[in-house]
Amino acid sequence: MFGYSMADIGNIMVMQGFSGLSMFTVLLLMALGLAIIFGQMGVINMAHGEFMTIGAYTTVMLSKVATTYGFVNYYFVFAIILAFILAFALGYFIEFIMIRHLYKRPLDTLLATWGLSLVMQQSFRSTFGAKEVSAELPEWMLGSFKPTPDIDIPINGVFVMVLALFVTAGVYLFMYRSRWGLRVRATVQNRVMAGAVGINTQKVDRVTFALGCGIAGVAGAAFTTIASTGPTTGTLYIVDSFMVVVFGGAASLMGTIASAFGIAQAQSILQFFMTSSMGKVSTLLVIVGILMMKPEGLFASKLRK
Amino acid sequence: MNASLSKLVGGKEGLVGLAVLAAIIFVVLPLGVDIFRLNLVGKYLTYAFVAVSLVLLWGNGGILSLGQGIFFGLGGYGMAMFMKLEASDPITTKIQTTPGIPDFMDWNQITSLPWFWEPFKSLPLTILIILTIPALFAYLIGFAMFKRRVGGVYFAIITQAIALILSILIVGQQGFTGGVNGITDLKTVWGWDTRNDSAKYILYYLNGFLLFGAILLSKYVLNSKFGMLLLAMRDKEERVRFSGYDVSNFKIFIFCLAAMISAVGGAMFTLQVGFMSPSFVGIVPSIEMVIFCAVGGRASLIGAVYGTLFVNFGKTFFSESYPELWLFIMGGLFIAVVMFFPDGLAGVWAKYSHKLNFFKKKSRLTTAAVTDSTKIDAGKKTVKEIDVTNIKGAKA
Repeated sequence: MFGYSMADIGNIMVMQGFSGLSMFTVLLLMALGLAIIFGQMGVINMAHGEFMTIGAYTTVMLSKVATTYGFVNYYFVFAIILAFILAFALGYFIEFIMIRHLYKRPLDTLLATWGLSLVMQQSFRSTFGAKEVSAELPEWMLGSFKPTPDIDIPINGVFVMVLALFVTAGVYLFMYRSRWGLRVRATVQNRVMAGAVGINTQKVDRVTFALGCGIAGVAGAAFTTIASTGPTTGTLYIVDSFMVVVFGGAASLMGTIASAFGIAQAQSILQFFMTSSMGKVSTLLVIVGILMMKPEGLFASKLRK
Repeated sequence: MNASLSKLVGGKEGLVGLAVLAAIIFVVLPLGVDIFRLNLVGKYLTYAFVAVSLVLLWGNGGILSLGQGIFFGLGGYGMAMFMKLEASDPITTKIQTTPGIPDFMDWNQITSLPWFWEPFKSLPLTILIILTIPALFAYLIGFAMFKRRVGGVYFAIITQAIALILSILIVGQQGFTGGVNGITDLKTVWGWDTRNDSAKYILYYLNGFLLFGAILLSKYVLNSKFGMLLLAMRDKEERVRFSGYDVSNFKIFIFCLAAMISAVGGAMFTLQVGFMSPSFVGIVPSIEMVIFCAVGGRASLIGAVYGTLFVNFGKTFFSESYPELWLFIMGGLFIAVVMFFPDGLAGVWAKYSHKLNFFKKKSRLTTAAVTDSTKIDAGKKTVKEIDVTNIKGAKA
């Protein structure tokens, strides 16, 4: 097959698989936020990528501060928290001034948030410059891990993956094991009834939206470990993340994880054997094809519409 | 005959609207601006085809397609492939390794013309392809999705993904498509040079007439029984379905029609601008075209043309003078239109046109308001004073 021996193909699979895992992590974190916002509220947030960029710039800026004051080794933990807080706060604010007026017009949220993403991109460009910047990584994150001589796994990839697992577990606990999650799910299932039993549905909406944005911020922090950040970084991932959410079946956590994994791995492995653009094209084509046959996605929610 | 004609243009008011637009496009602009700017206007008017198609599809059908760039691009590439083949005859390309094929193919070590380029050697075949292939493609997408009752947000996301796929494909397959630069150096159609001034005037007028044709066709569709059904589907799809209509077929039809209109716009774009590139196919142009339509008023065919011109003049003006500000303004425009003017320019016009003493309509107007607007026209009173008289009038 393609002139590689079986052992080569095995190694390529493992290494491409691991580089796919980094992409999987970013996609998963992006899609988790989107799945909460889109799956639970039906709002299409086209500015989601820009919330990720906020997280990325936060991390980059903090890494600069950290190199000046000498706490490079553990600034990353603060960066994740700060990225979450900033993106959460901005999401909260945006929901208040913009999104809440548009809940009855889901297609219009798409256009309005696209406008928002343009404004945010230009703000990044004016503030941080058009050039891409990258974070100063702590030393323990550089280097790589070699189980056999032919396989080379970067440690930062492993780190962001662990991070993603934590965030996913956190989202799961929040949505399915906490009071707040109960309120969110109640509001999704029947807004009027949820209001009637005393749930402040407006507040639920605001926190849900802000939480989705906050997770995008964490995705941004994770992103800095694998690539450099520019004003239009977010746009690279927005379509992919939407495909992840739709493909997995909106409102399904398992579906989001499975489809993020599938899409990231397929792209990463195909990109090795074909050109990078053809790998992406064939992955997207397969997804679109499957979605046309099975529009509700892989893991459809059992909710009656 | 007369009655159906008046129904077609939408009564007296519709006729005035069309006449004003015709006067602007065919008389005022050609006389008022030089040929360079006119060519630019012609380029904007090719986007107006897409905006008009979105009025049909989105404003009246409730189907938001974020992939109209696909069809604009297919039409544009069709025309570009024809013109490129004409521009690369064996004599002018004799320095290439393989004479007679487009230059970018030669740079990419392709030695014979790919099979799907063959039909573009003939102009009639090219025109046929421009009119049918985008519609056929739309039929495939529409059939797969509407038959399974996929609509709304999902349709928007999937069309967007298809636009992304097509643009990546065009960029990636450099040898067959010209890659990221697109297809450039287009000169002639059947030996007729499209680059000199007289050709530019002719193409501008051709474009204008085709645009009017598209508007009239759309008006005809919207005024027919089908148009009523379209509106009904937009507002209460289930009820139309339960009344016994096959909703999906109507949706597929309007999607194909919209694709065809967009493709004509794309072909006119190539003719007037002289190149076609993937930057008119992908996600960003597709969404920008939605905003042209939204700014003009998503349900107004004529509004769509004004919206396109307005946004593009704004874009040209600001990106020439204040490039930093342009994205802020564009983004702000998106947000403002969606949040505060969902009916766009057409909505603003419908709301305030009676205040201008233009047509002297008497419907629903109080005499006080009419006298006030005469005073505005005379320009003798300040706004504050008019407000006071307005209040007095209301009290009286």
